[in-house]
Amino acid sequence: MNAPETRMGEQEQQLEAWRGFKSGEWQDKVAVRDFIQLNYTPYTGDDQFLAQATERTKALWDKLSDLLAQERQSPGQVLDVAADRGTRINAFGPGYIDKSLEKIVGVQTDAPLKRAIFPNTGLRMVESSLEEIGRTLDPKVEEIYRLYRKDHNSGVFDVYNPLIRACRSSGVITGLPDAYGRGRIIGDYRRVALYGIDALIKFKNAEKAETDDLDFTEDVIRLREELSEQVRALGELKEMAASYGFDIGRPAATAQEAIQWTYFGYLAAVKEQNGAAMSIGRISTFLDVYVERDLQEGRITESEAQEMVDDLVIKLRIVRFLRTEEYNNLYSGDPTWVTESIAGMGKDGRTLVTKNSFRFLNTLFNLGPAPEPNLTVLWSTELPKGFKDFAAKVSIETSSIQYESDDAMRPHWGDDYGIACCVSAMEIGKQMQFFGARCNLAKAMLYAINGGVDEKSGKLVVPGFEPIKSEYLDYEEVNAKFDKMMDWLAKTYIKALNAIHYMHDKYSYERIEMALHDRDILRTMACGIAGLSVAADSLSAIKYAKVKTIRNEQGIAVDFEIEGEYPAFGNNDDRVDSIAVDLTERFMNKVRSHKTYRNALPTQSILTITSNVVYGKKTGNTPDGRRAGEPFAPGANPMNGRDSSGFVAAGASVAKLPYEAALDGISWTASATPDALGHTLIDRVNNLANCLDGFCGATGFHINVNVLNRETLLDAMDHPDRYPQLTIRVSGYAVNFIKLTREQQLDVINRTFHVHA
Amino acid sequence: MNAIAKPLGEIPPAVVDENGRMCGFVHSIETGAAVDGPGVRFVLFVSGCQFRCLYCHNPDTWKLHNGAPRPVDDVVAEIGKYARFLKFAGGLTISGGEPLMQAHFVREVFYRVKKEYGLHTALDTQGFLAAHLPDDWFDPVDLVLLDIKHIDPAKHEALTSKPLQPTLDFAERLVGMRKHMWIRYVLVPGWTDDWHDVERHADYVKSLSDRAPGCVERVEVLPFHKMGEPKWQELGLKYELADTPPPSTELTERVREQFRARGLFTC
Repeated sequence: MNAPETRMGEQEQQLEAWRGFKSGEWQDKVAVRDFIQLNYTPYTGDDQFLAQATERTKALWDKLSDLLAQERQSPGQVLDVAADRGTRINAFGPGYIDKSLEKIVGVQTDAPLKRAIFPNTGLRMVESSLEEIGRTLDPKVEEIYRLYRKDHNSGVFDVYNPLIRACRSSGVITGLPDAYGRGRIIGDYRRVALYGIDALIKFKNAEKAETDDLDFTEDVIRLREELSEQVRALGELKEMAASYGFDIGRPAATAQEAIQWTYFGYLAAVKEQNGAAMSIGRISTFLDVYVERDLQEGRITESEAQEMVDDLVIKLRIVRFLRTEEYNNLYSGDPTWVTESIAGMGKDGRTLVTKNSFRFLNTLFNLGPAPEPNLTVLWSTELPKGFKDFAAKVSIETSSIQYESDDAMRPHWGDDYGIACCVSAMEIGKQMQFFGARCNLAKAMLYAINGGVDEKSGKLVVPGFEPIKSEYLDYEEVNAKFDKMMDWLAKTYIKALNAIHYMHDKYSYERIEMALHDRDILRTMACGIAGLSVAADSLSAIKYAKVKTIRNEQGIAVDFEIEGEYPAFGNNDDRVDSIAVDLTERFMNKVRSHKTYRNALPTQSILTITSNVVYGKKTGNTPDGRRAGEPFAPGANPMNGRDSSGFVAAGASVAKLPYEAALDGISWTASATPDALGHTLIDRVNNLANCLDGFCGATGFHINVNVLNRETLLDAMDHPDRYPQLTIRVSGYAVNFIKLTREQQLDVINRTFHVHA
Repeated sequence: MNAIAKPLGEIPPAVVDENGRMCGFVHSIETGAAVDGPGVRFVLFVSGCQFRCLYCHNPDTWKLHNGAPRPVDDVVAEIGKYARFLKFAGGLTISGGEPLMQAHFVREVFYRVKKEYGLHTALDTQGFLAAHLPDDWFDPVDLVLLDIKHIDPAKHEALTSKPLQPTLDFAERLVGMRKHMWIRYVLVPGWTDDWHDVERHADYVKSLSDRAPGCVERVEVLPFHKMGEPKWQELGLKYELADTPPPSTELTERVREQFRARGLFTC
């Protein structure tokens, strides 16, 4: 529809697309950051310029809302599935919500909310997810994978050893991406808009040619095959866009094109990969350059600019993957982590806030609250006040955004990083991670006490460890045995991750996402820990109170009696906070001592997402007094109800966990009732913004902010139909509250709510 | 003010521990309170109160020994952990219980926090014992959150078990000292919501405001809630307001409007 009538030469097209932009090295090589720095317009004002949703936007959203309601009522909350083919970039023709209304187009299959299947990551998972909703796989697809092709999942299980399998089934390591896409890779989708596909293919071919004369070692061969795949994927992306009537071989020339081109890049990724987290990166300020130029040229009005952003966000709200029930129990509420990182500061001291930073947040007012895209504000104490206040207001009214400390991340990752998933920072187009889920520190401690015997099954999981035999637990003894158990766990964990990522590269390589990266990138091996506050409180109880073991007839310590009181993590008390810091640093160092696949840099996160419920379920009584089966606190949170000194003290404890020992992120979720933040909206906005400044200034890293009444949540459990858009931050992402399992809902309700005393 | 009459009640002597350090009975702390003074506050809840308000949501702070003795040094150091944050986000509020029950300890904490960290300070009080204290006791206090629980003396006594007059006398003194104040009261249906009473209450606050322009910064009408009821039960006390509902939004707004009609900033 936008193809020019007479075909311009490549150079004229580029000149037309880049008109008015300041030139720089970005014109000679792929350098999006350079382009942004030279061309963006920082905005330091307030939210007064924003436009409301137009009638068209409302009509489109209403149409989609009907579909979303139908989806919620469908079996397994899946509206439809295309089970006749494995998906790839061009597996489907174009699809629309309502072609006549849409300003930004493109859906994953040929209809909105119709899900695709991704057999390359694991046919078994496809089969079970279909079975759960009463659908069957097309026999042709099954035959392909039985006879002609192998999937990632089969590859991984070919190499797992019995100990890894035992750890998986006991739950000491859980959530590994060995049967689904690993995700947490962010393509630099902006490159599609800035350069167009034709130029990107040229750049890639040149990168490949540079390796022509190298020795063909295994590494070089793998790289050359990957580059070929990347170029092929770029070609398919161009064809996919053409099926919607757009020539994205050339660079985008208007704001609408820039948004559309960027979205096509992202769409190709979610057509081909069902990664746990499919984040979009940091696009808003980049796109603002185009919007600002169109506004200057009188091409569009503010209302039209907002419409385009609203439309893009509508698309990002309906990214879907087919998951199994088991997966949903871990990562509840159908999350996709379409994380968009907003704001932050530049290295030169200018803010990266633009009007588009406001427009993206404004979608939460124009379209109502929603969990996706996972809007993430990169907070700095230096952000302009107008933006701080607006973000705080959006949080107070929608509970839909999260905050991460730009001041903590910028020194590590520069000023053009984005968040993948919840809290994982990576420099856009220059870095990726091997996602490694997490291991269960609390359970590992029980293994240390019980000599590697599982407290729930009674089976020996870890051979070669002597159990503790004394009636009362001795701090030094527990700590020493726990340390050895962590050694063992780290070793086994890294083995599993190396196997997973070797096979993922081999059988389910992210062609299009990696095509939008530089050739030579930094890879991180992103490990994780769950149950940190349980483990720290347990050690604190053993150290500062007396903990008596209660053993069953098999001699396994299955319960503990605490005599006396102990300081609990979350009250800004160094006696226990130092234990949590020590555990974080120690486990990180253990992970670092192992060799990683592709020499990835080991990192770790303190993040559970909603898997804190499943981890809790799989872990027996712990020495801190937590009962068997009781959920862990999410992420780095203090245990529910134990952070009794208020949320500033809780935040101060969490802020002590060193980012350097958890470069993949430290997640804290805090919930407050509106009344607890102040009596007037102005008070609430000021107080929340000040708290964010305070947390960030105290080296806090991440905070999910919920501003809700517990009564609202209870009512929503009883009347889900009345709360279709009720959104709540859990741990690193947001969910539609009514889409959580009942257990997860209760977990959320039972969490510490900071109320007016 | 009647200088001859002996003030009601008495302030117990300061508690000193075995090391000679002045202590106070502290019930608990709250590090993120946003509704007890401007901004985000560190709230020190001290124990002991002479009032027995029917709606009290912290009956577990009525007796001094409901708290644990803590030396001034400890408390000041604890606040110090948050001083950098509180400096720009809010400040310190001492609440209770009734802080003036431990006037020696409270004064020392205010004085030290003011001197060492320069924080904004607020005193949450009903003022019953204030007449025992000299004006300069209040020097390190930036803001008084003054509870006037009822404007009618008889109803005040029925509601709180103590007379109203000392509170009003204190309000007059604050006017004289040009202290900044937030006037607060709890709205309880059937007890404190009578239209005429609220009119008198609002007139009174207006008169304070007129005599000390700019000093009455806001009026807070706090809707009664029953979150404290379980504590009454735990303490084996009879909770008289078990059947009293929280005020409706309409009622709360009506009362707030009565204050606003007099040009008082009310929330």
